[in-house]
Amino acid sequence: MHIPDGFLDPKVATGLFGSAVVVLAYSAARVRAAATAVAPAMVLATAGKKAANFALGARRVLTDEGERTIYKMGMVAALVFAAQMFNFPIGSGTSGHLIGGVFAAVILGPFAGSIVIAAVLVVQSFFFADGGLLALGCNMFNMGFFPAFVAYPLIYRIIARGQPGSLRVGVATIAASVVGLQLGAFGVVLQTLVSGISELPFHTFVLMMLPIHLAIGAVEGLATVAVVSFIARARPEALPTSPLPGTATGIRPILAGLAIAAMVIGGAASWFASTHPDGLEWSIARVTGAESVEAPESGVHQRLAGLQEQTAFLPDYGFKQAEPGIATTIPAGPEPDPWPSINAGTSVSGIVGGVLTLILATLAGMALRTRTTSVVPHNL
Amino acid sequence: MGATDWIEIGRMDDLARLDTPMHRLDARAKIIVTLAFIGVVMSFPPHALSALTPFLFFPLVLIYGARIPMGPIVKKILLAMPFALAVGIFNPFLDRRPVLAIGPVTITGGWMSFTSILVRFLLTAGAALALVACTGMVRLASALGQLGVPRVFVVQLLFLHRYLFVVAQEGRNVLRSVTLRSSGTRSLNLGVYGSLTGNLLLRSMDRATRVYRAMMARGFDGEIRLVHPHQVRWIDGAFIAGWLAFFALGRTWNLAGGLGHWLTGVIP
Repeated sequence: MHIPDGFLDPKVATGLFGSAVVVLAYSAARVRAAATAVAPAMVLATAGKKAANFALGARRVLTDEGERTIYKMGMVAALVFAAQMFNFPIGSGTSGHLIGGVFAAVILGPFAGSIVIAAVLVVQSFFFADGGLLALGCNMFNMGFFPAFVAYPLIYRIIARGQPGSLRVGVATIAASVVGLQLGAFGVVLQTLVSGISELPFHTFVLMMLPIHLAIGAVEGLATVAVVSFIARARPEALPTSPLPGTATGIRPILAGLAIAAMVIGGAASWFASTHPDGLEWSIARVTGAESVEAPESGVHQRLAGLQEQTAFLPDYGFKQAEPGIATTIPAGPEPDPWPSINAGTSVSGIVGGVLTLILATLAGMALRTRTTSVVPHNL
Repeated sequence: MGATDWIEIGRMDDLARLDTPMHRLDARAKIIVTLAFIGVVMSFPPHALSALTPFLFFPLVLIYGARIPMGPIVKKILLAMPFALAVGIFNPFLDRRPVLAIGPVTITGGWMSFTSILVRFLLTAGAALALVACTGMVRLASALGQLGVPRVFVVQLLFLHRYLFVVAQEGRNVLRSVTLRSSGTRSLNLGVYGSLTGNLLLRSMDRATRVYRAMMARGFDGEIRLVHPHQVRWIDGAFIAGWLAFFALGRTWNLAGGLGHWLTGVIP
């Protein structure tokens, strides 16, 4: 479910990146407000908690509760990683494990929970190339925002009444996990299709993503129930008994979730509208087109439509007219002549140039390596 | 994700402790250039291929310049590749327009865009990994803070990075005791899974509390000090300006195609 950078249009990626930064900043502000108290000058002068000055600015200091929250967040983030070491079998050779979005929201509340998931995603993309850097915005939405700000307040908090470990809470957890993952998977489909890099038709992609994530969501729900009810039995104080400071009570988290969703969706939509008036139209047209034409592999009409979609959605790409027929470009006339003029000579020159550039890049790198090895010991 | 992956995180940290001109560059400069690089690579049309090749210079210069061994980087990229393969592999079947001919062999648009997806993935993932390997988590995090990322989040990143090892060690102990007690059966039922994972969280939290108290008792004030203090030098500005100019050039003109034309003499 981690989208790498190669599949996204930069406009989609940066748009959602910006929205994710807004959500993250708001969440950080909420966590900070909940974890700290305004310090009297005397306390600041004498308090041992200098860490507060680093983490939160000079005027506020961490409360004891806040201090616990901060490092509990670190532990939950690490656990979300580490839980993938343990699998339990589901049958027929497959197994499941915790994924974490709903788990983090249940343990820490939606604001701290979404920060934790964002941190996990950053480390995964930094150290494992799992999900791209510019794609972080999309991934934060699909795996952090939907579970924490949609599934958690709108499903978990409405259904779950009673002690952790009760059937009702279990059902709430599983339902929230399933819905969170479905929304996330649908997000992946939409973001990838609107970017136009993958050729998969909408309905095929949806059929590929949603059913499998239905199963994964159910399994994740079970895993979350198992872990949360164990913690409730073994150390109930580690769970938020009264609603966490950052989560408030009753209707407020729901309203907050809805407000953020509306803001972000509105922002993203208007942003699309301003840069690419036909972006959404395009994806809708593609959806309906895909429904009416069943066989994806045949038909001139389909191919023409495909070409037209590409040229319509990416009007300002490349130097299509400048160098027709080079390996990198498809000459793009929206009409009659759909085929590029194939010219073996220019094709070959594209390949020659490409290969030569690769060699040059490698040689340059190696030259650099020998130079640095000779320079560095001197500096050490 | 296996238990050995944590060793790999440690490996990246070891690489980040080297001292080369690439390591000495300001982390903010490297972050900005890497993000710009990824954005430019993503902005190429779906079938671009030879125009992407000059962009290999950036990750290669980072990797070779920072004396990072190729092996771990390539291994990580290959491990993360399945998603790219899974979504891209349909392109050759869905898009069968011929776009390129080399003698008798005709290459379709689908294969071009599939290859292009893989090349983009290789470039962007390689650049991101190279950035981390020649900068390190601590410097990256403090640079993110300087670039305006909320501190609560930066502290989370640092905590996560440090606690991973704590949790991984506890996890390895738990796994070993499960293996010893379950006499060869590998399956955990859901109840056992819940208590194991819950236990792991509680045990690690206790251990983290002890570590945190010990650090506080020794005067930790929340700031992780760096051996090389950040000092923006002219070379950092030159690094940014030079690469941005190169990216703009490579995005505007197909440098590799131009080179090929010049060499084969088929200038249009």
